[in-house]
Amino acid sequence: MIAFWIILTGALVAITCGLLGCFLVLRKMSMVGDAISHAVLPGIVIAFLLSGSREPLPMLLGAGATGLVATFLIAYFHRRAKLQTDAAIGVTFTFLFAIGIILISAFAGQVDIDQDCVLYGEIAYVPIDLWITASGTHLGPRPVYILSSVLLLVILFITLGYKQLKLTSFDPEFAAAIGISTSLWHYLLMGAVSLTTVSSFESVGAILVIAFLIGPPATAYLLTRDLRQMLWITTGLGVFIAFTGYWLAYWLNASIAGCMAMVVGVCFLAAFVRYRVTTGAKTVLTSAA
Amino acid sequence: MIIQTPDPVLEVHDLTVSYARKPVLWGIDFTLPAGSITGIVGPNGAGKSTLLKAIMGLIPLSSGYVKLFGEPLDTVRNRISYVPQRESVDWDFPVSVLDVVLMGRYGKMGLLGNPGRHDRDMALHCLEKVGMSAFAKRQISQLSGGQQQRVFLARALAQEADFYFMDEPFAGVDAATEQAIIDLLKDMAAAHKTIVVVHHDLQSARTYFDWIVLLNMRLVAAGPTEQVFTEVLVQQAYGGRLNLLSQVGDLMEKREFPAREN
Repeated sequence: MIAFWIILTGALVAITCGLLGCFLVLRKMSMVGDAISHAVLPGIVIAFLLSGSREPLPMLLGAGATGLVATFLIAYFHRRAKLQTDAAIGVTFTFLFAIGIILISAFAGQVDIDQDCVLYGEIAYVPIDLWITASGTHLGPRPVYILSSVLLLVILFITLGYKQLKLTSFDPEFAAAIGISTSLWHYLLMGAVSLTTVSSFESVGAILVIAFLIGPPATAYLLTRDLRQMLWITTGLGVFIAFTGYWLAYWLNASIAGCMAMVVGVCFLAAFVRYRVTTGAKTVLTSAA
Repeated sequence: MIIQTPDPVLEVHDLTVSYARKPVLWGIDFTLPAGSITGIVGPNGAGKSTLLKAIMGLIPLSSGYVKLFGEPLDTVRNRISYVPQRESVDWDFPVSVLDVVLMGRYGKMGLLGNPGRHDRDMALHCLEKVGMSAFAKRQISQLSGGQQQRVFLARALAQEADFYFMDEPFAGVDAATEQAIIDLLKDMAAAHKTIVVVHHDLQSARTYFDWIVLLNMRLVAAGPTEQVFTEVLVQQAYGGRLNLLSQVGDLMEKREFPAREN
């Protein structure tokens, strides 16, 4: 049962992050995911200090707000100071993350979050974080409920906004010309990434969130030239990675998040080799013809 | 010289656009008649694409206004089509040719609508018009430059608009595609559609367009081709640089060198 809950949690995070990550990769904004996953930290700490509890709602609001602040700052520095986007990202998220770290260490006595947990998470503790009702019934791990709801929200967002997300990613000028607001969809996507990041990172940590945001979409991108297929492959990969990652960790007696992130990398390498082999074969064919 | 038209479908009034407080377009003021094919002509950096984007509301105006069919853009958006420069998008994006053409239907679908049977038929029909029906299922990464431009044109046709703005549709396309596009534009104009094209080749401009807007940050001239496309005015738009250019052009015409690659 423990294995089941951990794999389920991993798969939920992987699918949610992967679906959004597909659009980040296609918009050439992968590192924005990186930035948001770190920048939400001060929001979480402030929400915790204000509400005094680790209830999911204030956490999500606090983190969602700082996530959007981060994307806004990145866009602002880029536009107003003509700073390159990657430099703007680098400055913004390290600054916000540092504020979070300082808040944690300054209020160490009151804050029930530690720095290691933020970076690496502890997916192994998911099965003991149970949701117990007032009458004492065990309903299973709390994170599974939170992550499932976030996944549902993300699926709803992508299904309803599929057309707009696809068009604003492919041809923003044309989208704007036919009256689809590119900045509205940019901030909606960033809001979804913030929400996903904060609900995921408590269980899996910031590093694994980034791995899931970028790794499976980048892998799927090499395997297909169809957006729908790319989303499906990412989903399948998420489940596969959570499963193999867990058993690899079990077998090596190592960090579960670490093993999952490593499987992400191995999958990408395999797809890369396949891509090189098939495109290499095509080049040989065309040069022979 | 600016020749105004009595019953304009496009009215650009005293339009000024600046980037980082530096004006790139100054006091542009002209009108266009319905059913015309207009070429926006001028040297590199004259602000031709900027003018198109300003008309489409893609960049903020510092002053002035634009009216299409006598209305502001927002109220007539579904009658306007915009074809961006081919290089402005990532052609490795994981969509098929048909997907791209279907994007032309998005404006008619509303917020939550999905492409239906009619939209697909329409898109396929438009692909046929540009001679690309065999490529409907193809991934866009496998297209040549000319084919990419035809796909963009098919997407514009799928919008069923009355007014078409095209940014450099002839840049980097093969001669066959260029001819196919100009034939199509003439058909559209005959059906009373209005077309505005950003163009940089002076030689073909005279035969392609029946209305010309000569631009070099300021409006040099606007009006019917035969009245506006004179050596004096073109010279004025291009400054001193035209001498060399026209000599090379004459030379190439005399010796029948191909004016362009492919």
